[in-house]
Amino acid sequence: MKLFFTVISFYLCILVLMNLYRAIHGPDILTRIISINATGTKTVMILILIGLIYERVNMFIDIAIVYALLSFISTIVAAKYFLTRRSIK
Amino acid sequence: MLHIIQIIVTAVLVLSGLFFFTTATLGLLRFPDFYCRLHATGKGDTLGTLLLFAGFVVYEGFHLLSLKFLLIPVFIFLASPTVTHSIGRAGVSCGVSPWEKKKPKQQENTP
Repeated sequence: MKLFFTVISFYLCILVLMNLYRAIHGPDILTRIISINATGTKTVMILILIGLIYERVNMFIDIAIVYALLSFISTIVAAKYFLTRRSIK
Repeated sequence: MLHIIQIIVTAVLVLSGLFFFTTATLGLLRFPDFYCRLHATGKGDTLGTLLLFAGFVVYEGFHLLSLKFLLIPVFIFLASPTVTHSIGRAGVSCGVSPWEKKKPKQQENTP
């Protein structure tokens, strides 16, 4: 079962790299914000999987909660900025 | 016997969650427009999160820690639609025009 979780976390790392391609080459600034938000969601999953692999979930679940909160706050602040600025350029 | 059923249920839930994550990433990479990409990631990530965490709860067993496990999907179910709505409204406010399919050129070699 540990091997299963390891393979799944590597697969999630590949998905994160595919998201980061859109964050680097994105034609739009809002597309980059979407990509970083999706990366944050997958990072929470990878943190929980690390906790399951090392059998220390009760420590990593707190880190995952804090990371989810920080990712949510940063995305909301960026969206709010572009909402009041009214131009992408 | 119960242990085998637990492992099978965990594997099915986690793999179906990964399927939704993969479709969300493919939509982010392949869709032509900002609004289409927002549509793809906003739904795929939310459902994938729920399925993966259900698999983890089944694997760990039901005790006090699984209450903490349920805290993250509840928070993400509140946060992810809020973020999607907020970014979409920012796009409308910035005047990003939606994508339209280009009309194919009319062939003029009529006999």
